[in-house]
Amino acid sequence: MEHYLNIFIKSVFIENMALAFFLGMCTFLAVSKKVETAVGLGIAVVAVQTITVPVNNLLFNNLLNEGALAWAGLGEVDLRFLGLISYIGVIAAMVQILEMTLDRYVPALYNALGIFLPLITVNCAILGGSLFMVEREYNFGESVVYGAGSGFGWGIAIAALAAIREKMKYSDVPDGLKGLGITFITVGLMALAFMVFSGIQL
Amino acid sequence: MSDKPKDVLFAPVFADNPIALQVLGICSALAVTSNLKTTITMCMAVIFVITFANLSVSIIRNHIPGSIRIIVQMTIIASLVILVDQVLKAYAFQLSKQLSVFVGLIITNCIVMGRTEAFAMKNGPFMSLLDGIGNGLGYSVVLLAVGFIRELTGSGKFFGIEVLSNANEGGWYVPNGLMLLPPSAFFLIGLFIWVLRTWKKDQVEETA
Repeated sequence: MEHYLNIFIKSVFIENMALAFFLGMCTFLAVSKKVETAVGLGIAVVAVQTITVPVNNLLFNNLLNEGALAWAGLGEVDLRFLGLISYIGVIAAMVQILEMTLDRYVPALYNALGIFLPLITVNCAILGGSLFMVEREYNFGESVVYGAGSGFGWGIAIAALAAIREKMKYSDVPDGLKGLGITFITVGLMALAFMVFSGIQL
Repeated sequence: MSDKPKDVLFAPVFADNPIALQVLGICSALAVTSNLKTTITMCMAVIFVITFANLSVSIIRNHIPGSIRIIVQMTIIASLVILVDQVLKAYAFQLSKQLSVFVGLIITNCIVMGRTEAFAMKNGPFMSLLDGIGNGLGYSVVLLAVGFIRELTGSGKFFGIEVLSNANEGGWYVPNGLMLLPPSAFFLIGLFIWVLRTWKKDQVEETA
């Protein structure tokens, strides 16, 4: 139990997807103008991440890994080179399924998240989560926790950035820095603050 | 966008830079820039992928049904990235370990998707090829600038060769550790955008 808690805390704070690994930056910068939409996107990312990382974990361990096809009599087949294309396929499919399920059963949430769901397919944080999971050789339980944690961390980061940007419209920013430039510097300062967590060992 | 080949090739480098103006492909841009070696590898990988993705999509653009075009583009891009990844693993294993997941993340690099969708779907193969190279170069310019500054000030080195002698080994230069940490990349790109937009006034955003 403690081990899982450790992975969760680590993926939320210490190895924050957005602020320590710069993943999902495109959406991170583009959709952080209002807190409301940022929180919506954050929730969508948590949901997709919690589903796709474990699914990709199963896929990797049962189909792609070296010797994983032993059950089919193909013990020496190593399909790891197909990893990237399979993960992105899984992600695209999951997002599509999630979208249709929400549309059918939870229309309120679907309307709230609507436009952001398709965007998530090309969010690097999602693919990055799956790739990190493979690289660190997490087992199934760990991958569930890691998926939830990394999604949650990304969500917190975008909500915080949106809150700062909302306040920033009252400040007098130099012309060339307006918009994107000052946002980059704000994110840099946030990342600096998040680095405080980096020494923590649980 | 004008139709002259030269403009298509060079416009993305400064006037329509993918990172500074189109806000595309920032994810991978920052994490690999702490030294120049990984930066250059990354740039070459991205230029290769974007050029050939643009070319292939443009060749088959008239045969792709509109409703599944994203999946087709994704498959082409993913195949190219797998190619790059395998080549790196075979011939430059250390480098590919350092780049870790970021080679794979070229797939979701919005520059590649963005250019195939916005340009290659509408233009001929030759123009798309040039557009791919141009955008790849624009991306590389920003990355190389950031990588150069970070390596020089962060560890006093240029391509792993010592330029400023390090204080820990008896020299005079005290390395600025901050520059090797992730946040410095944000500051540098922020400042880069500032410089670029002061130089090209028309890129200034109206409302913050």
